[in-house]
Amino acid sequence: MKFAIVGGGLAGLAAAMKLAEAGHAVDLFSVVPVKRSHSVCAQGGINGAVNTKGEGDSPWKHFDDTVYGGDFLANQPPVKQMCEMAPSIIYLFDRMGVPFSRTNEGLLDFRRFGGTLHHRTAFAGASTGQQLLYALDEQVRRHETAGKVRKYEHWEMMSLILDDHGVCRGLIAMERATLELKAFPADAVIIATGGPGLIFGKSTNSMVCTGSAVSACYQQGARYANGEFIQVHPTSIPGEDKLRLMSESARGEGGRVWVPKQQGDKRGPSAIPEKERWYFLEEKYPAYGNLVPRDIATREIFQVCLDGYGIGGENQVYLDLTHIPAETLDRKLGAILEIYEMFVGDDPRHVPMRIFPGVHYSMGGLWVDFDQRTNIPGLLAAGECDYSIHGANRLGANSLVSCVFGGFVAAPAAIEYAKNLQRNGADGSRVYDQELKRQQEINERLLKQSGGENQYVIHEEMGKWMTDNVTVVRYNDRLKATDEKLLELLDRYQHISINDSNMWATHALPHARQLYNMLHLARVITLGALNRNESRGAHYKPDYPQRDDENFLKTTIAEFSGEGPVFSWESVDIGLIPPRKRDYSKGKEQKTEAAAAGAGGSALPPKEGAPQVPMQGDEQKPRDLTGAAVWGQDKEQVRDVDHGEAETRAQQDKSIADAGGKSDEL
Amino acid sequence: MSANKNGHATEKARRTPPEFVELRIRRRENPDAPARWEEFRIPYRPNLNIISCLMEIRKNPVTKDGTRTTPPVWEMNCLEQVCGICTMVINGRARQSCSALVDQLEQPITLEPMSKFPNVRDLVVDRSEMFNHLKRVHAWIELDGSYDLGPGPRMSPDEVAERYAYSRCMTCGCCLEACPQYGDGNYIGPQAIAQVRLMNMHPSGKMTRDERLEGIMGKDGITNCGNAQNCVRACPMSIPLTKAIYEENRETIIHGLFGWLKR
Repeated sequence: MKFAIVGGGLAGLAAAMKLAEAGHAVDLFSVVPVKRSHSVCAQGGINGAVNTKGEGDSPWKHFDDTVYGGDFLANQPPVKQMCEMAPSIIYLFDRMGVPFSRTNEGLLDFRRFGGTLHHRTAFAGASTGQQLLYALDEQVRRHETAGKVRKYEHWEMMSLILDDHGVCRGLIAMERATLELKAFPADAVIIATGGPGLIFGKSTNSMVCTGSAVSACYQQGARYANGEFIQVHPTSIPGEDKLRLMSESARGEGGRVWVPKQQGDKRGPSAIPEKERWYFLEEKYPAYGNLVPRDIATREIFQVCLDGYGIGGENQVYLDLTHIPAETLDRKLGAILEIYEMFVGDDPRHVPMRIFPGVHYSMGGLWVDFDQRTNIPGLLAAGECDYSIHGANRLGANSLVSCVFGGFVAAPAAIEYAKNLQRNGADGSRVYDQELKRQQEINERLLKQSGGENQYVIHEEMGKWMTDNVTVVRYNDRLKATDEKLLELLDRYQHISINDSNMWATHALPHARQLYNMLHLARVITLGALNRNESRGAHYKPDYPQRDDENFLKTTIAEFSGEGPVFSWESVDIGLIPPRKRDYSKGKEQKTEAAAAGAGGSALPPKEGAPQVPMQGDEQKPRDLTGAAVWGQDKEQVRDVDHGEAETRAQQDKSIADAGGKSDEL
Repeated sequence: MSANKNGHATEKARRTPPEFVELRIRRRENPDAPARWEEFRIPYRPNLNIISCLMEIRKNPVTKDGTRTTPPVWEMNCLEQVCGICTMVINGRARQSCSALVDQLEQPITLEPMSKFPNVRDLVVDRSEMFNHLKRVHAWIELDGSYDLGPGPRMSPDEVAERYAYSRCMTCGCCLEACPQYGDGNYIGPQAIAQVRLMNMHPSGKMTRDERLEGIMGKDGITNCGNAQNCVRACPMSIPLTKAIYEENRETIIHGLFGWLKR
């Protein structure tokens, strides 16, 4: 059996290790050498209820925190399974040699993180993601040396190869130096390409996080779920090239957020007297001040800048630590202040930091079932690029564990699928040749076309519109205008000239391909937000400020058609924890304890008749996979609800083909 | 990086902000083409890093004298000095271009590809040799399997702290660019030796210590270190590379003298 994995971050490497260990051949595709993937950027840690601090923590509590933090939009069974597997994932990385921080007894140390009251986060200094990625990189290199894994680094996936029955038979990838396109047959393909931050222009994501491969899958028929849920972190360091994260602990240690009272004030911060500064968080939230919950802080900072009060009229506010003695700062915040110093050149001990909310993470992604399988037979997804775990909002330190979990579930599911797969007969090569030719034609057309449009300018405009209108605060009229803008950009895209005449190792052609895919995914995010007339987790509409479970406790599903995304809605599996109002003003602990006591006081109170998933110990062999060679989509599951302006395909009583059909454009 | 130095440099730039940023970039169309210099000039803004300058040039690639040219090609990813991909030689020193700030650099700023690796195009080099070296020294723990076998061996916080320092290596190549011995396959270089140190310090890694030592004992092995100590000064992650070389040199000598007794 032969498998293809696209993406060499935590999820992709986790799947590669499992497949190679089971003795199968793996082709691993990555735009950058896998050791340089975006997973290295994660700093804080990885969650797992190991309960070594005598706090009575348990996987069930981790599960409850995750579901509650996600505002009940996640299907609960896979979240529960992840939380049960989390301690063993941490122990596995411990065995692989990750230098986790330790206690004096030599045990793993755990720290606290947002959205929980327990010490549940294992960490390796301030570079946990880097350390976890390196551990998997090492194990996969070992399998590579043994000949089981073949890496295609500097190769970028262009499209899937689908046969006449819509079954995924491999992929087309492009070598970035030569621009050579090649078909790679595979029994199953696992997509693990991470998030789409580059759609917003600047984000905290790495430059490879375009969402391009995921968009290509979407355009070939894969469903995209909950695209509108984009996490924006309140404090990032605005840069000319990207946004770098500034930890919440800066406010925890007394940092104050302010802007000049006078719009467009050009004076430096030290020249602005105290009475001419607007400490807007302290003014609006006297009780919590600068430590209001993340989503509120994000919204307020964003709004202040939108109203023209940003520093010098720009999208920046001050995060001021200068009133705290420098030695206190060094002791408590040394490492993060060094990051600011390194990249901005200012010393935050003496000059207020300039920060702004930054797009950070996509909760949405490719729709997958509880075995990480997309609706396209033979195509699986794992990591940030799938939608399954985080609901409407992700908790800190849950991303690393969800990536590894996704990879660990996807690998055996792919093997089980491939076992039952009917291999192609003699005409097998036809589908590969066809798709290869289609991709070559797209590249040739792009290289030939000429016009006055600049691909990088279009990217900038998309990023600006998406950041201004589809992040923190969302209004339906602005969302509509943004979609119109995206259509305009798609039109202008037809008139770009590739801005490089030397095709050897050019970045211009790959960027043009990514840009097209980003524009389509941007529409999914924008229209998904337009349709959802409520506020839930990271999605906030002032015109619909409440969570509306009656109408919107549903997964948004987008399917591609030539006329744009076609939306439908699927109910959420809430069989284990009934939805309750999210309220972080009180300690959640009492409530959880009460719920546990109500169910007999056990740590794992399963609801009667609730779907059961395997307990600890089963985690390395996910559930009985009796999946057929071609798995069916349970169309019954996709329910349409009345969503005002957005008319679903089913309401129009049209098939996908009638609703615009699969476009042959790219 | 000292706070005073940074503060000073920015303060100076703020007093007399230049109108432009001048850059000299070493270009090469492909591995077989000759290298040449091109000069660019972009409007100055505060807090620019080298990546931002290159992005600005890429958008509209015109040289300082107004000639239309191809966009310079360079690699970048995390932009937080943790992925290592954007390494290049800036004003004569190998470093990451994401953390190289214009306000702290003499102008004109010269950008060159690293010289110890094959030049692909412009500022892009092929560092796959570094990853091959990691294969050769078996820079991994020999796991029985990735199934659930409980926690790993206990370690003291001090042991972890020492390993952590080595585990931050991002394979950027600064140490090899600075090393007078590295090049033309003469010497495996400090990065791989430090990874041997990292793995051999681990209680499980120790069990397969010898095969790693043999990986650094060949003709191009650890004894080719000339003790210039450039590597430890060039390392952006402050990894104690010379300590790793010292320790592993000792280990290889012992292994060379007595290793045969084990056979």
